[in-house]
Amino acid sequence: MASFTKAGADTVLWNPGADAHDTISARTYGFWLYLLGDALIIAAVFACYAVLNNPLNANGGPLGKDFLSASKGMLQTFIVLGSVLSYSLATVALKRGSKLGVSLGMIGAILLAVVFLGIGLGDLAALSAAGDGFARSGYLSCFFTLILTHALHMGFGILWMLVMLVQVGVFGFTENVVARLLNLRMFWQFQASVWVVVYIYVYLFGGAH
Amino acid sequence: MQVAVDGPWSPLLGRLTLEAIPYTNPILLFTFAIAATAGIVVVGSVLYFRKVGYIWREWLCSVDHKRIGVMYMILGLVMLFRGFIDGVMMRTQQAIAIGPDSPGYLGAAHGYLPPYHFDQVYSAHGTLMLIFAATPLLTGLGNIIVPLQIGARDMAFPYLNAVSLWLTVAGALLCMISLFVGEFSNATWVGLMPFAELPSNPGVGVDYWMWALQISGLGTTFNAINIITTIVKMRAPGMGWFRVPVFTWVNMATAIIGVTAFPVLTAALAMLGLDRYVGTHFFSAGFGGNYMLYINLFWTWGHPEVYFLVLPAFGLISEIVSTFSAKSLFGYPTMIAASMGIAGVGWVVWAHHFFTMGMGPNLIGFFSAATMIVGIPTGVKAFNWVFTMFRGRITLATPMLWAITCILLLLVGGITGMMLSASVVDYTVHDSVFVVAHFHCMVLVIGGGVFAAVTYWWPKVFGFKLNETLGQWFFWTFVAGSVLVFVPMFMAGLDGETRRLDYLWDTSLRPLMLLEVVGIAVYFLSVFFFLAMIVVSLAKREPAEQDAWGTGRSLEWLTQTPVPFYNFAVTPQVHALDELSWRKANGLEKAQPSTYVPIHMPSSTGLPFIIGMLGFACTFALVWRIWWLAGASLLAIILLVIIRSFDKNEGYVLPAETIAAAERNLSTVSVIAEQSKVLPVGGHAEAH
Repeated sequence: MASFTKAGADTVLWNPGADAHDTISARTYGFWLYLLGDALIIAAVFACYAVLNNPLNANGGPLGKDFLSASKGMLQTFIVLGSVLSYSLATVALKRGSKLGVSLGMIGAILLAVVFLGIGLGDLAALSAAGDGFARSGYLSCFFTLILTHALHMGFGILWMLVMLVQVGVFGFTENVVARLLNLRMFWQFQASVWVVVYIYVYLFGGAH
Repeated sequence: MQVAVDGPWSPLLGRLTLEAIPYTNPILLFTFAIAATAGIVVVGSVLYFRKVGYIWREWLCSVDHKRIGVMYMILGLVMLFRGFIDGVMMRTQQAIAIGPDSPGYLGAAHGYLPPYHFDQVYSAHGTLMLIFAATPLLTGLGNIIVPLQIGARDMAFPYLNAVSLWLTVAGALLCMISLFVGEFSNATWVGLMPFAELPSNPGVGVDYWMWALQISGLGTTFNAINIITTIVKMRAPGMGWFRVPVFTWVNMATAIIGVTAFPVLTAALAMLGLDRYVGTHFFSAGFGGNYMLYINLFWTWGHPEVYFLVLPAFGLISEIVSTFSAKSLFGYPTMIAASMGIAGVGWVVWAHHFFTMGMGPNLIGFFSAATMIVGIPTGVKAFNWVFTMFRGRITLATPMLWAITCILLLLVGGITGMMLSASVVDYTVHDSVFVVAHFHCMVLVIGGGVFAAVTYWWPKVFGFKLNETLGQWFFWTFVAGSVLVFVPMFMAGLDGETRRLDYLWDTSLRPLMLLEVVGIAVYFLSVFFFLAMIVVSLAKREPAEQDAWGTGRSLEWLTQTPVPFYNFAVTPQVHALDELSWRKANGLEKAQPSTYVPIHMPSSTGLPFIIGMLGFACTFALVWRIWWLAGASLLAIILLVIIRSFDKNEGYVLPAETIAAAERNLSTVSVIAEQSKVLPVGGHAEAH
């Protein structure tokens, strides 16, 4: 039997004040865990890319080194980072409590994201038109999936920002809205980090295989 | 873009035609008759007793973690029964179809199940037992117990909790409906590649399996996020990390696995889906695909998933062994370290499921050694349980019988596991029923742990104990059945019987197969005793004490029995690892709070249920390639989520007077009498 400490006369048995926990912190923590899971999905696709980025899996078609342009990828990277910067400026405005600043920052982030998606999806369309679509080979299947998984995240981020533009206008900075804006910031930086890894791993290392 | 499939397709109904309904198969007709009767009885009695509104408001719309947990457990038990029936079919088929002279019935050359049907039966057995029986049972227990053990009001995200449940239900529904509309996968619960690809498997079976796993996997991931956040953020004041009860700790380890491993399955199944629907070539046999990639991804999830299931069972055993030995758990810190160690090592052993892939001696050596290392933390746990019982005051109540049996089963399953981890042994018995018997020992640990926990915590949730006599009959028949089925299976495996056979050519296996059928018959008895136990206990309803077993140690036994919907009237302050034991040692276990404060509660909502059912509609439509329905339900889900984000309902506040009144009604007279005795301490607490 373990020995227990003795209860003194001033021992507190109940703590009525303990209920009021910080909901924003629980929500951001939970969302951070979601991002961890999402990162694992992307890691699995990267693992496949590592396996399939091999002449054996090109099925006679091209590998990344044959059609990827590192400089164009660099341009895309700067656009993504610009979009993140724009959203970060929105969070700076959030600290000041400026609805206009938050909205402008999000609009800037959306516009840059749309430009990015235009370039990226245009590249995939051109590749498909040249006969090297996703059904051409195992490698191209994985390449398209990797790029489109990131694009899908961006798409959801854009949808989320559009909703938040309305909510900032309608509700102002309520607890719910602030929690969502903070989570969206994490999400937006997450998708940018994913792109940076795509750029390094696919665009920069891809040719060297 | 979309891959053309064989057979008719219409824009309105996709591939769904009248031929999809297997009305010519007598076995399925019989099953349908039973399922329909059960459905009519359930729906009919709900209508007859005018309980539609009650079921909808109090259960389907509930965001209460205990109700959600109970619904998880009901789902798990129903699926356990269906998985058991699949097992019965496999055992009887193999007992009949031995040797070239064996008879054939119902259109089968041997036995009564044609190979194509038999393949679906074992695929469904594995999928149902692991994903839709074991997982919901353990998730349900975690849902009910973890918030109580840490003194929380509810999970961190009650609404997300309900969404997780209904997504899991959607997956289970998908499996059930595959019985009567179309077919289930014949590509094993693992999904063999490239066999599960469209060219070699053009039916809807694989799609059913894939989407059922996908949608319930989403539910499990969300639940894992919820559990971690709850444990990290919502522990009662005073509960540092080394005062967290061990069941909560294993749920933490499990949830970490859930949030990291399940996404890998999501990715693997999504790639398979792309292969089957739009014609990519991830896992094709040609076109630059790599089908071993799939099996690696699958087991990268699959092996952590095994520990995802067995770790909560270890936690259950720990709680029960300690309670029924009337001693604190031996080696509590090593228990935590062992749980986390198992969860961590679980990530680097996946390739031992296919040593025969041809990965070369270096990798085989690594995975073999890593697998053996799992034995160390598991051994630590087994010894800790034994040392907990050592010189304890042991009560052999039903939960304790289950727990002790689990330790023995773990020994058998673990030692055969160590045998299999040696790659030379594994090459010999690979894909034999020896392996099947090994992992069934392990899942019986899970099953035994769940039955132990159900008996143990039943009074906490429902307010009365389960019938002890029938519980012991259930226990002994279940154990006898297990021995009779799985000991012969070990022997048949060493005799060279391979897995998944619809026909055995070796007639010398007949005695073993017949013995296994005897075991199955004993299992049937145990099902009867289980149901009898529930019915008799429901009829008797002898009220249980607050501390139902008299030797409860952790916080959940501190609150009322049955637990009120707000859990604790006032959040307790925690002083020790075994808080209730600490209070008992100080004579404070009957102390009641002297003041109450208002409690903020989340509102019930039907939205999670609707989202789950839309998820079911979406995946069902995808199985049958009804594109409009799939698109519409997906769009509806997204719109509902957005609309909900505009909802300003922030729950409701329960006034302090209501709680005080409820507590007065719940408390027994003796408790109130005791309360006055310890009033100095309680009275002082008022000042804080």
